Amino acid sequence: MAEAVLAVYRGDRESGKPVEYKVPLAPGMVVLDALHYIQGHLSPDLAVRWNCKAGRCGSCSAEVNGRPRLTCKTRMDSLPLESPITISPLRAFPVIKDLVTDVSWNYQVNKKIPAFTPRPGVQWKMFQKDVDRPQEFRKCIECFLCQNVCHVLRDHGKHAQYGGPRFFVRVAGLEMHPLDGVSRAKLLKEQLGLGFCNITKCCTEVCPESIHITDNAIIPLKERIVDKYYDPLFWIVRKITKTGGS
Amino acid sequence: MWWIQPLAVFIGLGLFAIYATLRAFQGHFYEWGPYLSPFYSPLIDPEHHWWPLSPAILVLGGPLGFRATCYYYRKAYYRAFFLDPPACGVGELRHNYSGETKFPLILQNIHRYFFYASFLYLPSLWHDAVKGFIWNGHFGMGIGSLVLLIDAALLTTYTLSCHSCRHLVGGNLDCFSCAKFGGTRLGLWRRVTALNERHMLIAWTSLFWVASTDLYVMLVAAGNIRDLRLF
Repeated sequence: MAEAVLAVYRGDRESGKPVEYKVPLAPGMVVLDALHYIQGHLSPDLAVRWNCKAGRCGSCSAEVNGRPRLTCKTRMDSLPLESPITISPLRAFPVIKDLVTDVSWNYQVNKKIPAFTPRPGVQWKMFQKDVDRPQEFRKCIECFLCQNVCHVLRDHGKHAQYGGPRFFVRVAGLEMHPLDGVSRAKLLKEQLGLGFCNITKCCTEVCPESIHITDNAIIPLKERIVDKYYDPLFWIVRKITKTGGS
Repeated sequence: MWWIQPLAVFIGLGLFAIYATLRAFQGHFYEWGPYLSPFYSPLIDPEHHWWPLSPAILVLGGPLGFRATCYYYRKAYYRAFFLDPPACGVGELRHNYSGETKFPLILQNIHRYFFYASFLYLPSLWHDAVKGFIWNGHFGMGIGSLVLLIDAALLTTYTLSCHSCRHLVGGNLDCFSCAKFGGTRLGLWRRVTALNERHMLIAWTSLFWVASTDLYVMLVAAGNIRDLRLF
């Protein structure tokens, strides 16, 4: 039977190293299956976070050969088997054990975002053409692969000043909602640090839900920031029409 | 193999920057018959009455600023020239990162002003494209006529596929059905979105073509090649 060698990170936030395991291949096998094989047959104490095994829960995120991916959606036959397949935890977050990281920082960021707040007296009636844009953002499964690959967090550690692509997607879904009446522009600029994003599109490349994070969420939000803070023409229009924007 | 894409972008943008700089400062071989190089359009003070340098220097700031602040090109040169990051998941050497929050990169926020300015250039490019079909007062067509026409069309498409354009025509609305002219703006937004999805392709095609158009006019004007007159 054909075999693959997996070099799986073993350790905690203080220290760790890749450990190699030989795993027999089966048709249709995904990386999470291989990790389960290791747990079941070779190393029962291997820590792996997973839940649905169907690409819906976003729990099994890891780095496969250096690329952030859902291990349940990464087929073994899509990977080169000549050399060991490296499986490491998400680099942007502290390791708890082996492949399990502490992603609780994301939930702290989430708390900063004002929830959906309908405009006073709004009529509760929506048309599909108005909710097409927010609906794309509702596909997010919070796997945090976009957060992990974003170099602002991953390489520059700007966790204190920056929200990350996941939360720009959430804010975009609220800002573009036809019934919402709250502006989050100041929050985006001052607390979520949208200006740190230099739109290199890595978040879009790794999104397992194929959300166009950069083009449909981040850049439109950057343009809204420009409307409010950097465009004198819009400022004059707002003063004349006495509106807060769109 | 992550380095292939940033290297290709580095070479592509680098070659264009060198070529455009040399041609902008050259100040010769930019016009032949009814053809005018897009690097020199609109042509201002070609007789040097008040501007002693190449006329291209007077006009290239607009297109250069539009490309330099373009959301696609930003991605391309942040990766290829600043290595910030060189590719997804590849580590960086620089540690004092401030993104687009400080001078000079905070000026990327004026992209829409270069978009507005492009509407001063496009009529001039279309004027040159139409003029390329008029030979001594009569309709005619050479290879250069077609080259100029395609150039104007590609630069117009590049401008209309811009992210700022997408925002201004309708993306800034939260509710199309509630806004004045919401239906019209939704239609415009959808059309610009369809173009915007191909913004990278259009950006590279138009960049290649504008340089090729200038090269063609230069070679014809310098007598290195003959323009083939179709009729």
